[in-house]
Amino acid sequence: MQKVYSRPKGLTDAEFAYCAGCFHSVAHRMIAEVMEELDIIDRTIGVCPVGCAVFMYEYMACDMIEAAHGRAPAVATGVKRVLPDRIVFSYQGDGDLASIGTAEIIHAAARGENITVIFINNTTYGMTGGQMAPTTLVGQKSTTCPSGRDPKQAGYPLRVCELLATLDGPSYIERVAPTNPAGFNRTKKAIRKAFENQLEGKGFSLVEILSNCPTQWKMSPIESLKWIDEHMTKTFPPGVFVDR
Amino acid sequence: MAEIKIDRERCKGCELCVHFCPKGCIEMENGYNRKGYQPSTFVKRDKCTGCAICALVCPDVAIEVWR
Repeated sequence: MQKVYSRPKGLTDAEFAYCAGCFHSVAHRMIAEVMEELDIIDRTIGVCPVGCAVFMYEYMACDMIEAAHGRAPAVATGVKRVLPDRIVFSYQGDGDLASIGTAEIIHAAARGENITVIFINNTTYGMTGGQMAPTTLVGQKSTTCPSGRDPKQAGYPLRVCELLATLDGPSYIERVAPTNPAGFNRTKKAIRKAFENQLEGKGFSLVEILSNCPTQWKMSPIESLKWIDEHMTKTFPPGVFVDR
Repeated sequence: MAEIKIDRERCKGCELCVHFCPKGCIEMENGYNRKGYQPSTFVKRDKCTGCAICALVCPDVAIEVWR
């Protein structure tokens, strides 16, 4: 028998501190696999977000930098411009990218910076206690909208991919939903393409991963996947928005 | 012939491998690991095809696959 799957070299031996079934772990692992496949672990620099993935530097075998909340695209821009031969990615959640860091992501995309952005959208602030995020669905309950998000009071969810797709800067924007094995494969392919684009010097690439938060959604991991399929994909349809 | 190995201490019992295994080869254990989770366990060795879907969906990278 031949070994067909083992722990990717892009990960350290550290155990993930995430909750059971959390997709941060899935996204970390897929980035690690792509780094290993492209043989870029030694020259990749990642920028960590603020949020549950704040300790990402513990898990990745490449160099990592911690950015202030929402500022990962700005830090990544600086790193990439000073060290253009390195592969630079930022990893951000929806509170980080779509709320406090909205300005940074829009301008990094508009400039067409040659970086890769992995955007984890789980519609909530997972680490701080499940508060309403800019991506919380209309009617979705959170600790700060216990009877469901009311657009009259809190407005509507922000669709980051659609928003950035109107700009001329980005070279690749895709939203994926890893809710079944095919979706997992699609997610890995999208992450790989986002890194390959950077290697080819094509410019700004962003992959939005519709992610879960079983703890704050108060669901089992399996239920959370069904919830993504049944509710999240209605507001955030998966697909390729930019590929040029 | 195929074989998977589940790292009992890394597993957090999310049950994704149990849910997605097309042959129903994985079940949840009755015992608990050091972290206090009920890990999954490989039960039907004869039915496993080594498709590696369990490893693909495992968030904690706790599964290795041989085929």
